[in-house]
Amino acid sequence: LRALPPPVAVGVLHTTRPLHSTQQCLAPVPPLPEKGGEVRHGLIPEEFFQFLYPKTGVTGPYMLGTGLLLYLLSKELYVVNHETVAAACILTVIIYGIKKFGPDVAAFADKLNEEKMAAALAMKNEAMQTLQKAIEEEKKEQWRAEGRNYLFDAKRNNIAMLLEANYRERLLMVYNEVKKRLDYQVAMQTLKRQKEQDHMIQWVEKNVVQSITPQQQKESIAKCILDLKALSKSAHAAV
Amino acid sequence: GPLSERPLMEVRLGELHTWISTCNFSPQGLLGAVQKAWSSYCTKYIHVRRGGPAGISMLLAGYCLLSYGWNYQHLRQHRWRKYH
Repeated sequence: LRALPPPVAVGVLHTTRPLHSTQQCLAPVPPLPEKGGEVRHGLIPEEFFQFLYPKTGVTGPYMLGTGLLLYLLSKELYVVNHETVAAACILTVIIYGIKKFGPDVAAFADKLNEEKMAAALAMKNEAMQTLQKAIEEEKKEQWRAEGRNYLFDAKRNNIAMLLEANYRERLLMVYNEVKKRLDYQVAMQTLKRQKEQDHMIQWVEKNVVQSITPQQQKESIAKCILDLKALSKSAHAAV
Repeated sequence: GPLSERPLMEVRLGELHTWISTCNFSPQGLLGAVQKAWSSYCTKYIHVRRGGPAGISMLLAGYCLLSYGWNYQHLRQHRWRKYH
């Protein structure tokens, strides 16, 4: 990421200066160095010894230190008083403590650091996995969206069927209505004809009954009686 | 690199005079120099993964020396001998 040129301000964002003013990218942060600068006897950096090595060899700085110490003491630029004794005791205790408990404290601090690192790493891995899963889901959705043609075809078929069903329903309704009207007309005609027939029959019967005179009635009754007698004779003969 | 941008450790003894002449002795310059020195000390000895006693012990030793220097006039009166 450091090799990329700094991005220029995009036209959409309202910025008056470019977003990254330096080449340096702040993330990912470079890891801390493993060990600090070398220090000898806990007080003097190693660079001092290296600085004096070409001219005086290995014992040079120690000679310098001894000479300085003796000079300070002899000129009493460093005064020996009660504070010297106190400093000596304190230093002894401190050095003893460091030598004895140093490694344990270092191990404890390392363990704390390890836990922090593990937590951060776990979070990072989890985030990466979540994003990976999101990417896969997205790809799946894209693949699903490719099948939209089938969906549209199915929908078109549905709509066509609905239209067809509606059309046929209306057709049936029209047929029924027309049939009802025609049946009505037919029923009217049959009714009329029936009424005419009945009326005619009644009229004919009435006239016939009217036309039967009493003379004709007597004659017909006598004839009937004669016929009955004849029939009864033939019935007696048959038995 | 050019003389004024090199850190003090990389300046040779002969060029020390010219290096000091290129220094910025205004308050902001001094403050900037102090901040740079402090931050370089921190990155070298304190902000490491496995540091030791060296980081703070050097600071404490420096503090001891400084306080001795500040109290020297008072300590001079407790000398053992008058003439050296």
